[in-house]
Amino acid sequence: MSTEKEPLFSPKNLKLLTEPLGKSNPITIQVLGVCSALAVTVKLKPSIVMALSVMVVLAVSNVVISLMRKMVPPRIRIIVQLVVIATMVIVVDQVLKAYAYDVSKQLSVFVGLIITNCIIMGRLEAFALGNKPWPSFLDGLGNSAGYGLILILVAFFRELFGSGTLLGYHVIPQAFYDAGYVNNGMMILPPMALVVVGIFIWVQRSKNKDLIEN
Amino acid sequence: MRSFSNTYIFVFSLIMVTIVAVLLSFVSVQLKPRQEMNVQIEKKQDVLRSVGKAEKVAEAADKNSYIDEEFGKYITDSYVVDYQGNRVEADAFEVMLNLAAENRKPREERNYPVFVYSENGGEKKYVVPVRGKGLWGPIWGYVALEGDLNTIAGAVFDHKGETPGLGAEISTGWFQAPFTGKTIFDENGKFVSIEVAKGGADPSSKHQVDAISGGTITSKALEEMLIDCMEGYVAHFKELSKLKS
Repeated sequence: MSTEKEPLFSPKNLKLLTEPLGKSNPITIQVLGVCSALAVTVKLKPSIVMALSVMVVLAVSNVVISLMRKMVPPRIRIIVQLVVIATMVIVVDQVLKAYAYDVSKQLSVFVGLIITNCIIMGRLEAFALGNKPWPSFLDGLGNSAGYGLILILVAFFRELFGSGTLLGYHVIPQAFYDAGYVNNGMMILPPMALVVVGIFIWVQRSKNKDLIEN
Repeated sequence: MRSFSNTYIFVFSLIMVTIVAVLLSFVSVQLKPRQEMNVQIEKKQDVLRSVGKAEKVAEAADKNSYIDEEFGKYITDSYVVDYQGNRVEADAFEVMLNLAAENRKPREERNYPVFVYSENGGEKKYVVPVRGKGLWGPIWGYVALEGDLNTIAGAVFDHKGETPGLGAEISTGWFQAPFTGKTIFDENGKFVSIEVAKGGADPSSKHQVDAISGGTITSKALEEMLIDCMEGYVAHFKELSKLKS
């Protein structure tokens, strides 16, 4: 690690923030955290709340682990990571229950299941344990933003075609329904989330051939 | 990689869990009043939903005060009765909040809360809360009865963690709507409750609704819950309808 002071938003640091949005996206490239991506993306609103929750949990956990990285005994590091993540998740869950009760009911167990979201432990283990707090914070933000981006895109298509609404507001005009358009009930079911994520992966890889594994 | 002694690991873990415990207790204590208020508002909303009110909640700017206002306007009376149908000195809302504890007692010793709905002094409807055990956790609901204390005016159900798409369907409209218009007493005045019929309800029956395919355990649990929680009201309902006729 270099000892000279780096600017806060050096190209290297910015890359931590932007790369997970595209070519190292946790969902479409690393295929992590797919479980929750399938479950909460029926509607846009819970997806946004889920994305924000993961963002808070991942960014804060990354910083906390990074601050402790020299104190944590390697033999119990996984336990320490889990304790930090679990603490953050409980705090987020409690705050949601107090200030966004309806959404927290819709998300139900999935907020609790952020604990087992592979992205978070993956970032703590792979990045925060070996890097300073600030890059870790950016890495956390970047990865959770990459996760959230896919979540929100999937939810956008599922809510639009599955319920004809966006954030609960009807966007498909009544005239369409009168002309015989029907909401696609399949979009509401989890398998279609998998298909939508699959399409994203396909589109991304056909645009950027470097991502295709041999 | 540095090596750490076992003592260090123990001390480290101890300090870590202590900090976490203090932090979490602090958060929990701080947020508790707001969370409890959310639960109360939700219960009020469910009582109103069972009689078809509070439908504009999505448009309300301030959900909490909207629900409070509607509840105050339409729920004109609430009281608690015992198994024999005698009035008990207790707050119906308090009893409803602690329904889980109430249901652990034998039926004869429980208190039974009743909420009376009436709009502009019109016909009264009676809302009773029910609560039971589903497949994965508690299920609960609110059953509204028409003034004859026999016909169901509406029912809403909810659950803590039933299987999405299967048992969780009890909280959806298609499952709840058929309850409306069913009767809980047969023509001889015997309490028969509502049967949640697997394989589809007999359309001519006044006491059956469709069960959920794939959600049999939750369906049966809901049926049990209705019997368990409504049976205690029978004495009170009979007395009330006698007074009316």
